[in-house]
Amino acid sequence: MQIDDSDRRLLRQLMAAPDASTAMLADRAGLTEATCWRRLERLRSRGILRGQRAVIDWRALGWQVEVSLRITLDKTNPRAFDEFIAAARAVPEVLEIQTFLGRVDVRLNVIARDMIHYQQVYRDRILPLPHIADLEALMHLSDIKSDASLPI
Amino acid sequence: MINLDDTDRALLRALAQDSTQSTGALGRRLGLSQPATWRRLKRLREEGAIARTRLDLDLPALGFGVTVFLGISLAAKGRVSLADFERAVSAIPEVQTVQHVLGLYDYRLRVVARDLSDFERVLRRRIMTLPGVGAVDANVLLSEERLPGPL
Repeated sequence: MQIDDSDRRLLRQLMAAPDASTAMLADRAGLTEATCWRRLERLRSRGILRGQRAVIDWRALGWQVEVSLRITLDKTNPRAFDEFIAAARAVPEVLEIQTFLGRVDVRLNVIARDMIHYQQVYRDRILPLPHIADLEALMHLSDIKSDASLPI
Repeated sequence: MINLDDTDRALLRALAQDSTQSTGALGRRLGLSQPATWRRLKRLREEGAIARTRLDLDLPALGFGVTVFLGISLAAKGRVSLADFERAVSAIPEVQTVQHVLGLYDYRLRVVARDLSDFERVLRRRIMTLPGVGAVDANVLLSEERLPGPL
């Protein structure tokens, strides 16, 4: 699947301003509005542009604590990954589930209203998740750079 | 802190799925009039409930076959300026995300690369040469899913 220089230009403008109107994007990418619209539709239908999604500011909604939990699973059980992930999905405070090749098997991004609430979530919902062999926590202090544009 | 009712939560859930939906379409979905939907969206935006819009792109199709998360500890704490490190690391185009964290590492980076040898180049030439960088731990991303969260 090939994308050309115009697609690249369009994607660069879209990454810089994901909420821009088609007219504005067309202008910035040096395309006509009709071409711009057609190219966006093609990027969508080919599955390259899978969606534009609002990122919720959980802190502004009163969720003050964000923790990255890096988990090693007991891999002697062949179902460990599937069962762990299915159970983690059911925890409302889990925002992201990532799996890795490396020292860590799975990472969960977990939020809580405050430290007392975090302790409850950790004890009552995270620790009972199946097949955990080891677990370490990184407390999120601040975002220095988020969702940067891809160097395309 | 922003107070939300069930309709606000439903609106945020819908926008977190697809932020390109028109006010009319969102209103129809939630049984609201277009002006009422517009007023609610305006309040949610103004009060900061939505941080930004994220593009969901197929990275391998765009030539980025590898995403690696790096945990970085600074070598000589107290002697390196956090601001210098943050400025330098943020300027690397392959570094998508930089988070300051507390725990086993000081910073957590999300790095994209064309393939593993391209990643090695970024790691050696760009990351290992950053001011104050100490131990680096790398994990290659295999899969990722984002959940709606407690809305």
